[in-house]
Amino acid sequence: MFSAARTTAVRSARNLPQATSVFASPYSPSALHRLLSTLAVLEQRDGQLNHGSLSAVTAARKLGGSVHAFVAGANINAVANEAAKVDGVEKIIAVDNAAYDKGLPENYAPLLLENIKKGGYTHVVVGHTAFGKSLFPRVAAMLDSQQISDITAIENENTFVRPIYAGNAIATVESTDDIKFITVRGTAFAAAEIGGGSAAVEAGVDPKVESTSDWVSEDLAKSDRPDLATAPKVVSGGRGLKSKEEFDRVMLPLADSLGAAVGASRAAVDSGYADNSLQVGQTGKVVAPQLYMAVGISGAIQHLAGMKDSKVIAAINKDADAPIFQVADVGLVGDLFDKVPELTEKLKSS
Amino acid sequence: MSSLRILVPIKRVIDYAVKPRVNKAQTGVETAGVKHSMNPFDELSIEESVRIREKKSAPVEDICVISAGPPKAQDVLRTAMAMGADRGIHVDVKEGEDLEPLGVAKLLKAVVDKEKSNLVILGKQSIDDDSAQTGPMLAGLLGWAQATQASEVKFEGDSVLVTKEVDGGVETVKAKLPMVITTDLRLNEPRYASLPNIMKAKKKPLVKMSLSDLGVANERRLKVVKVTEPAPRQGGGKVEDVDGLISKLKELGAI
Repeated sequence: MFSAARTTAVRSARNLPQATSVFASPYSPSALHRLLSTLAVLEQRDGQLNHGSLSAVTAARKLGGSVHAFVAGANINAVANEAAKVDGVEKIIAVDNAAYDKGLPENYAPLLLENIKKGGYTHVVVGHTAFGKSLFPRVAAMLDSQQISDITAIENENTFVRPIYAGNAIATVESTDDIKFITVRGTAFAAAEIGGGSAAVEAGVDPKVESTSDWVSEDLAKSDRPDLATAPKVVSGGRGLKSKEEFDRVMLPLADSLGAAVGASRAAVDSGYADNSLQVGQTGKVVAPQLYMAVGISGAIQHLAGMKDSKVIAAINKDADAPIFQVADVGLVGDLFDKVPELTEKLKSS
Repeated sequence: MSSLRILVPIKRVIDYAVKPRVNKAQTGVETAGVKHSMNPFDELSIEESVRIREKKSAPVEDICVISAGPPKAQDVLRTAMAMGADRGIHVDVKEGEDLEPLGVAKLLKAVVDKEKSNLVILGKQSIDDDSAQTGPMLAGLLGWAQATQASEVKFEGDSVLVTKEVDGGVETVKAKLPMVITTDLRLNEPRYASLPNIMKAKKKPLVKMSLSDLGVANERRLKVVKVTEPAPRQGGGKVEDVDGLISKLKELGAI
């Protein structure tokens, strides 16, 4: 009886006109429904917390309400204890089981689902990474929720901003789902820092569902340079580099002279000049460093989608009419094979 | 391995080379009179299906393409059939009443059940809403294995090995049918439909359905509050030489 009455109350509350600010409104449907609480799902690899995944915590804190974080994998204690130091996180839900090491969505989705149900969360957040993109829609569909992907801003607990059409339009959408599944763009929400927090670490529920897929192998590009997605400076090469040898000969010293990560356009990746994982653009990584230097890149809209939020954009291209110059804060028209080595030398000596 | 009944969902979107414009009412993007074509990732899905058949890497019984949208969605279905799909299903959805990814996933689940599909190959995302959700959502609703962002698909015994593009490189996973695969750009290079094949495709079966035929409702969960142009970025002009570049970067505080 009680639950029926409660449902009716919630329903009638939902029919009330929406106030402009949900936070200020005493009629906020979710406030009546249950208190705002967010679960931020963190990534780990080989027992190391992926600090980039802490952007989910930043987004969770912006939502308001309580913030819990979720980690799973083999010997998860060290990761959980590190995550517990993040300011603003009340609790870490940790599941210690090697079956979740590789983040296979077939068993990770039911795992997450059980922990969401147990915690009664209103919002679940993860980075818009390969892991988040593969896992979250699966869980969202299992809980009959329409996910909101790759958000760049939070207007209130129901309303989110996300780029569409390769960033050529910005949509503000309001969700009516009870549980909101959100993936966040890392460049729009800086990773929360490991601070002096002391969240409680609690063992989560483990439904131990067998995965219907098996992890076989991986081949990760090794690099001593800063990580592309989070580097403060990025130098990126395009088709103008002509070959892999030239790409390495021209771009790598430039990157080292600036302490920058190396990126590439799709044309450069497709031509085999650079590894797939370095691709910047709509179909590759989205970056927003302090400095983005585009070398031999014309600036197709798919590429701009991945870098146009950079603070300063510099371009070196021999075609003075290349579209990249329309967005570059500083452009240099010239042959990159002359200009880049000269630039590298002058940066080194300065 | 049991023979494959492949379902390939495809979407008609604004052509990738067109720069979309936000409409005056700020409710969406101007679509009238704008060139549309098949979502580029969906071309890869069809190509891969046809290649599985051609290379005989696994026995293929049927390649069925499906699109939900206004009548013009039939154009992309015909293109897919000209590329080698056997037949098409057009689910009529009025312009402006587009399904959200969850709705599409529910629709596809109904079609999978009806058509007894055992492999669904989708694009990793559509280039209009950039959601990247439908594939994993469908796999979740069906309880099937999934492999997203595939750059290679191989058949080995009764298993499918899929190399996926992940953040730092690639990862290979293995699963048994039935499964859902989403395609990434490096999976293959889609063929062009030849004129004779375009003519032949006109005779291939194309079935029309409505959402209610499939027992699915278009229940929207997201309300679009507004759609705006991104803040314009002004180029800062050009410099003469490398020294000019360095001093400008210093002035901007970038180095």
